[in-house]
Formats: sequence, C-alpha cells, structure tokens
Amino acid sequence: MAKMNMLHAINSALDITMAEHPQACIFGEDVGYFGGVFRATSGLQEKYGKHRVFNTPLTEQGILGFANGLAAFGAPALAEIQFADYIFPAFDQIVNESAKFRYRSGNEFNVGNLTIRTPYGGGIAGGLYHSQSPEAYFAHTPGLKLVVPRNPYQAKGLLRACIKDDNPVIFFEPKRLYRASTGEVPEGDYTIEIGKAEVVKEGKDVTVLAWGAQMEIIEQAAAKAEEAGISCEVIDLRSILPWDVETIAKSVTKTGRLVISHEAPITNGFGAEIAATIQKECFLHLESPIERVCGLDTPYPLALEKEYVPDALKVFAAIKKSVEF
Amino acid sequence: MTNPNNISLNISHALEFIDGHALNIPTLKILSEDGEILDGATAPELDKDTALRIYSTMRFIRLLDERMQAAQRQGRISFYMQCLGEEAAITASAAALKQEDMIMAQYREQAALHYRGFSLEQFMNQLFSNEKDLGKGRQMPVHYGSNELHYLTISSPLGTQIPQATGYAYGQKLKHIDAQSGELSSEIDNVTICYFGEGAASEGDFHAGLNMAAVHKAPVLFFARNNGYAISTPADEQFKGDGIASRGVGYGIKTIRVDGADTLAVYAATQKAREIAVTTGEPVLIESIAYRLGAHSTSDDPSGYRTKDEEAEFKSNCPVARFKAWLLKQGWLNEEEDEAQKDKIREEILAALKVAEKVQKPALEELVSDVYDTPIPALQKQYEELKEHIKQHPDAYPITAGRVK
Ligand SMILES: Cc1ncc(C[n+]2csc(CCOP(=O)(O)OP(=O)(O)O)c2C)c(N)n1
Repeated sequence: MAKMNMLHAINSALDITMAEHPQACIFGEDVGYFGGVFRATSGLQEKYGKHRVFNTPLTEQGILGFANGLAAFGAPALAEIQFADYIFPAFDQIVNESAKFRYRSGNEFNVGNLTIRTPYGGGIAGGLYHSQSPEAYFAHTPGLKLVVPRNPYQAKGLLRACIKDDNPVIFFEPKRLYRASTGEVPEGDYTIEIGKAEVVKEGKDVTVLAWGAQMEIIEQAAAKAEEAGISCEVIDLRSILPWDVETIAKSVTKTGRLVISHEAPITNGFGAEIAATIQKECFLHLESPIERVCGLDTPYPLALEKEYVPDALKVFAAIKKSVEF
Repeated sequence: MTNPNNISLNISHALEFIDGHALNIPTLKILSEDGEILDGATAPELDKDTALRIYSTMRFIRLLDERMQAAQRQGRISFYMQCLGEEAAITASAAALKQEDMIMAQYREQAALHYRGFSLEQFMNQLFSNEKDLGKGRQMPVHYGSNELHYLTISSPLGTQIPQATGYAYGQKLKHIDAQSGELSSEIDNVTICYFGEGAASEGDFHAGLNMAAVHKAPVLFFARNNGYAISTPADEQFKGDGIASRGVGYGIKTIRVDGADTLAVYAATQKAREIAVTTGEPVLIESIAYRLGAHSTSDDPSGYRTKDEEAEFKSNCPVARFKAWLLKQGWLNEEEDEAQKDKIREEILAALKVAEKVQKPALEELVSDVYDTPIPALQKQYEELKEHIKQHPDAYPITAGRVK
C-alpha cells in the first residue's frame, strides 16, 4: 500500500493498463508531455512513448471519433476530455456511435475497449463551464456505462474495472477531490466491480445516497444527523449505469426513508430515476417521501456557488424532514 | 460546361500530389522591429488620434494584465488570462473596425473591449464578480461582454462563437434586404469580427462556421490568433499544412496572414478585410502570427512545456515597443509623458481594484434570474425553498443572508 491522491491513483491505473497491452493509447488535450491540465497522465509519455501517449488537436468530437475507431480496431482507447463541460462537442460520437456500435452492427463490431475519463463537478470556483455534472445526459443512453469514484482507492479499482469492461465506459472524476483526497492505495493491480453500490456506513433510520464528490457532503450531513440522534445508512452508488437497485432497495426497505443528493440540477437528474424506481420497489416500506437535495434548475453559477450547491446543511435539513415527516 | 463538382477543372496527365505546405502563404509585415517602415511596404492611413488610442489601449492592457496577474497570485481573484504578446494583433484589428461592428471573441481579447470603451471599473466589476458586473457574477474572471459595446459575452467552450459569427454577420447583411424584391444591397454597414486561437481552429465549429460563411456569403472577419500554443500543445501538434490561413483558402475564403506583433500590418490587413466584407458581403480570414508570451492562464505553468530560451527569444519582439518606436519617430509620443502616464494608470488600476473588491456580491435573486425570461414554476419553488433555508441558517450563507427577505 502507498499513500496516494486521486490523481496518482488514476495515473497508476493507466500505467498498469499501458504496461499490460502494447497497443493501449492515452490521448486528449494536453495529456502528452505536460501530463494533462490536472497532471493525471504525468510521466506516461516518457514511459510509453509519443505513439501511445499523445496530445490531440483541440477537438472533442475528433478525440471521441478517433477513440471509437481505435477501440473498434481492438486497441484499448483511453480518451481524456479535459473538462466534462467540454464533452458536449463529442456528444454525437458518444451517444450515437460509441453507445450503439455493438447493437447496430449485430455485434459485428464493438467499442468495448473505449474508456473516457473526464473531470466533473463544482467546488473549484469554475462557474458555468468548469463545474458541470453531465452524467444524466449519458444515463439516458443505453449502451454506455457510467462510473464515478469517491476517493483514490475507489478511483484506481473502478478505473481498472472500466478499462477491462467490454463496453464503452465514461469515468467521471470528481476534480475537487483530485488533490484534496488522499488515502491508502495498493500499488499493484485490483478491480472494483462495476454496477455495485457500497454501503459506506450502516444505519437504521434513513438511507442517504450519493456518488463522487457529493459523498463527502453526505457523510458530513450524516455525522450531524448522528449528533441529533438520527442513524443514517450512507451509500455510495459508485456506478450510475448500470446502477445497483438491489442494494439501495434493501437499505430503504430497512430504513424506510431515502435522501438522494447530487450536484447536477434536480429536474431529470439521475436522482429522479432512483426515486421513481425505489418508490416502486419499496412502496410498502416507505415512511416518508423520497427527498432529493440537488443543484437548482439553473446553470452552475460563480459568485453564489455556496447558495447553489447541495451542501451538508441542506442534506441535513432533508434528513430531518424525512425523519420528522 | 456545367460543373456540378464546383471545382476549377484543370486536367493533368502527371501523377502528382499537392503537398500540404504547397501554398506557402506570405506574412504581411510593414513595421521593422525598431519602428521603421520596411522597404517596399506601405503604411496604412492611420491618423494620429487613432494611433495614440491604439497605443494607449495596448499600454493600459499591459498594465491591467500585470496587476491582475499579481492579484490572482495574492488570492484576490480566482483566475486571470493575459494577452501578453498579442496586444498589437487584438488592438489594431479592433481599431480598424467601426464601433457598431460586432466582436465575438475567445477570451484573450480584453484589449479590443477596452478599445471600444469598456472602463476600468467595468473590468474590475467582472473580475470580482460583484453586483455591478454586467454578467451578474455568473462566469469566471475575464468572461467579459457588453451589449452596448457590441461585444458578445465570452463563453468558455472553445470555437462556439465561430459559426455564431457567421449567423450574426448574415443577419447584418439581411438588414439591407429589400422586402419587396428580396434583393440585397451591394453595400452593408456592419460586419462581425470573430477571434479564436489556432487551437480552437481544430474544433468542428471552426469548419462549420467557415464553410457556412463561404457558401452563404456572410460578412464575417475570421481572426485566427496563431500564438504557437494551446495551453501546453504546440502548434505543430495542433495542425499540419500551412497554418490556419491555408484552411481559409480551402474553404474558398479570401485570406491573408499578418505579423501579429506589427500594429501597422494588422491594422492595414483588417481595414482592407473590412472593406472587402462590406462591399462583397463575403467572409475574410486573417491569420495573425504572434507568440503567447505569458502563461496560458494563471492555472498554467509554461515552464513544464517550453524553455526559458524560447520565451526569451520572443520577448525581444515586443509588439508594444515596436509600435511605440514608430510613434516616437513620428513625433506623436514623448518618452517622459509616457512614463508619467504609466504611473498614473497603475495608481488608477490599484484604486479601482480596491473599490471593486469591496462591492457586494449579486443578490440571491440573481441565481435564478435569466435562466429563462422569467423563472419557470419549478425554479420559482426551488428559489422559495432556498430562501427559507437561508433564513433558517443565516450564518452559513453570509454573502446573501443579510439581504434575503
Ligand atoms: C471545447 C473546449 N475544450 C477545451 C477547453 C479547455 N481549454 C481552454 S483554453 C484551451 C486552449 C486554447 O488554445 P487556443 O485556441 O490556441 O488559444 P490561446 O489560449 O492560445 O490564445 C483549452 C484546451 C475549452 N475551453 N473548450
């Protein structure tokens, strides 16, 4: 084990992949010699050469089109989109192409070797275009998998699983935690299963659910709730598509209450899908309406970021509301 | 003969491929590094007032950039971007336009905005995202915009303004349509200038924008700032072929390449380009060749991807000094006054910074206004709930709590 921050953990997962497969390629804007604007790919060009770790021209559409082709050829394509806010120029390639390659060809072709990494989320004073959480757009697209880690250990194990998975996966990295979060991470290889939520803390009064950077927030809220005598079961969804209905339903059946939190705007956010499904699965066990604590239905602001974000205080308020219903 | 392929039919029997660099487009240069008009070059018509306004804009932006770069280091603002090395390209091109021409910029073109009349206070209000910011504190520093000054508010996603410029310019042309006959006038009043980096020229939007402008004849001046780098990516990892200019030619757009550190060359080229656009209604591409002397932004560290020697080599080619040398020779500028002026501007900048820093942040209401023309019911409800929450926990939201009713 070694102490790593999330960037080191991601770098380590990429390094293992590059060593494992002679045709694996890492590419994206500034990822070459510079190691990416967040330095997640530092040192990899020196190690694996310019043919396998390279800067692309500034074209997200090009990056994903290229990645689809490379993955269709059979090489692990590790594409980086510099900020999740800039994934939209590549939306067509991802939603119409990556996601449907296998289906439309009757499995004659597939891009299972594709992994897209992209930093997402707020909390860095980035305003509209450096703070978005676009997971819900992609969650509406059959054929993709979506994964979001909450700490360095999870990041490495989940990223390795995404790379090994035989489907195109988008790996959303909580950029606020890149350097802020450190922890023990094995230096060798390991994977964490995609599609499984993790019960981070057991409790009996209310289930509190989030993913990625929002985990830190709900853990703070749960701690406040404990002080107020409310026992929270805290769950990290980890994988948005597919998502672990069973674990969540089991927990909510036990606690009778659910609070979901995400940074993206509330309307049609992924929390809406969870609420609808759990309402059906657990209807007779629910003691109160499912609460959602999310971003407002506005673009992500700058000056009033604190007011906008679903912070621990808002999550705590929702927990109380749920329990006192 | 009809030509459905729309090409110039020129039959050859030699199996020859055209090389990507075959065009070898020349670079217009008028002013020498020490401020002389070069042999064979013709200086554009530039009156003293305009020349001095260009110069004072460049000098102001240098001083503002210097101060705000430092302010970011002191943690007073979160982010900054300088236009160091490209002052001439941006200011002289803006100066060759009419005040009502539209500017659609990328993000490094503060000099064009200042030339138009954006005040020191307005710059500061945006940089501090306070309640006087025209953008209501929603975007990161340097994302300026002003309807009054015909300067479209900057959007971070690169290249998106390029096809928009085509559409806007087409509208400027249609303003002169005869409703009865459907005929266009042969002359138009205004054009749109669209600035972007050589990096942004790789985006799909660039290709879409240029192609649409060429085919539908929109009077837009595409101004490509080829400054050698897109963050850490050098131009030779960005594109092949002869610069961005060769792409203009490829799209069938009249194109010129200029020395972007040469105020007179940029001014002359843009003035001519504007004339072409207003008389023919067609687009023009200008590629400015300069060097990004500073870091990409305050989040960047260029020492990781370029050498001190390289930077030093280009530092000696200062666009501001070059133009100043010419002005001194013209007898339009005097060294002592210039120095005194600089100190005065520095003081003004610092004073304005101190004022803007203390102006309060936008009110809570600005979080939900302008998402739509009026907040939709769901948003209205979210806003009411948020107000309630803040009232109950005023200490946690000090910026807005005091003003929530
Ligand atoms: C669509 C999109 N992708 C990525 C980015 C991140 N980004 C911001 S500036 C920049 C480089 C821009 O380079 P260039 O266009 O050459 O302009 P310069 O900074 O050199 O003036 C990048 C990659 C972005 N803003 N938008």
